[in-house]
Amino acid sequence: MNSVLELRTGMNEDTRAGTMAGRRLTATATFEREYAETVGDITSANPRITCRDVNVFYGEKHAIQNCSLDIGRNEVISLIGPSGCGKSTFIRCLNRMNDTIVGCRVTGSIRLDGQDIYDSGMDVVPLRAQVGMVFQKPNPFPKSIYENVAYGPRIHGLASNKAELGEVVEISLRRAGLWDEVKDYLDHPGISLSGGQQQRLCIARTIAVNPEVILMDEPCSALDPIATARIEQLMDELRVHYTIAIVTHSMQQAARVSQRTAYFHLGKLIEVGETAQVFTNPRHQLTEDYITGRFG
Amino acid sequence: MTLSSEGHTYRRYDGELSHLHYLVLELGGLALTQVRDALECLRTRNLEMAHKVLDRENLMDLGEVNADAEIVKLIARRSPVGSDLRLVFAVSKSVTDLERIGDEAVKIANLALQIFGTGSDPNSQLLRDVNTMGALAVKSLERSLQIVDQRDEQQAVDLIRDHAEMDEEFQSGLRRLMTFIMEDSRNIGFAVDIVLIIKALERIGDHACNLAEYLLFQLSGEDVRHQATVLA
Repeated sequence: MNSVLELRTGMNEDTRAGTMAGRRLTATATFEREYAETVGDITSANPRITCRDVNVFYGEKHAIQNCSLDIGRNEVISLIGPSGCGKSTFIRCLNRMNDTIVGCRVTGSIRLDGQDIYDSGMDVVPLRAQVGMVFQKPNPFPKSIYENVAYGPRIHGLASNKAELGEVVEISLRRAGLWDEVKDYLDHPGISLSGGQQQRLCIARTIAVNPEVILMDEPCSALDPIATARIEQLMDELRVHYTIAIVTHSMQQAARVSQRTAYFHLGKLIEVGETAQVFTNPRHQLTEDYITGRFG
Repeated sequence: MTLSSEGHTYRRYDGELSHLHYLVLELGGLALTQVRDALECLRTRNLEMAHKVLDRENLMDLGEVNADAEIVKLIARRSPVGSDLRLVFAVSKSVTDLERIGDEAVKIANLALQIFGTGSDPNSQLLRDVNTMGALAVKSLERSLQIVDQRDEQQAVDLIRDHAEMDEEFQSGLRRLMTFIMEDSRNIGFAVDIVLIIKALERIGDHACNLAEYLLFQLSGEDVRHQATVLA
């Protein structure tokens, strides 16, 4: 055995810069390496959405392959993975947003509270109210702040008079954490707000039609850290009333806001688990390499 | 996209993690020197060596402070997750244990000065347990540092299993010292000092065992601390 004293090697710049031909400092032996099945528990004790064997095709391209996942009530689930892995495609299946893409075909089963959302009798308009969506870039209507929020409840007949509509607008803006900032400017254009405020206006607009699920596709990628923190705080508050699925490229955001995390890779759901477990002790090599930044 | 299991895309991050690893080994090497020298001054009654151990204590303290600063900086800059997070956690815990090993060595050096500094000459039989426990402590520390360096999971498990031997030796030593005290009450003063020394050596063995436990957590994600049955 070499003397341990010999290990007292001085640190040099080569080592600091990572150019040293060093050994890998982490374990690799115990990881799952197979692609065939998702690692971790795909089920939820109290599911709101149940997806089984979901496949999505864009023409010939097989974008999502046999994904099965439950999304539980009052939970925030993060979908993470490299660009093009299918995470956005997957959440767009959950309110049939992919229907608008020519050549897109979805197979398998997606149920919302037990009801098949791809059933031929399903009306997608109320479905998209039940399963609302917030996009990467805030997209307020070119209308007043009030009208941005009131538009949905009005067309869905959720308010019988102006007073009720005003109440819905106020509650939605309050839940979105925007009321105090805009209550005196409700007639101002939505696009006059800052980026972070616009995103919260879009969330208020989604909430206003009384959804069960809110899908968020990189909702903070265009926002500064303060606006991001507000949205993340909001997600934590909204979880009391809604189920939230968020697609994010920010590992820290996924770790901060979600209770469960699902990792996608090349159209497959590789691993799903409690967020703390996924970020401290992932079970699949691909998850480990992605979250630690080892993809070359 | 290809899978790279050799290192981070941002290579400097690999260097920073390597740096933490080497800081542990560096501090470990210094801790081992301190323990060896403290035992040597007991064996050879070399008081100059005891003073050297005391003088080097600040190097151990500086090593700990330096390692902590590097760890905090890395967490702030890289937000480590997965195996990287476990490595940083293991390093942080290991550094604390190594610094405490240094403290125990200083405690032994001070006791050596106390025992031999007055020109006293205790019965060499009293020092017998110090030699046995000292050899076990040094061996444990050497093994643990080797295990950390080589990230050897099996050796870590073996070290934790073997740790019971040291506890048993400590208990045996206490019983023998008790006998000396009962035989001749003039031995009490020396015997108390020897008890403190073998207790310090037993603690060094515990810290060495902790290093192996942190390594297991780093490698497997499993926390085996305080779970004697896990590895039984």
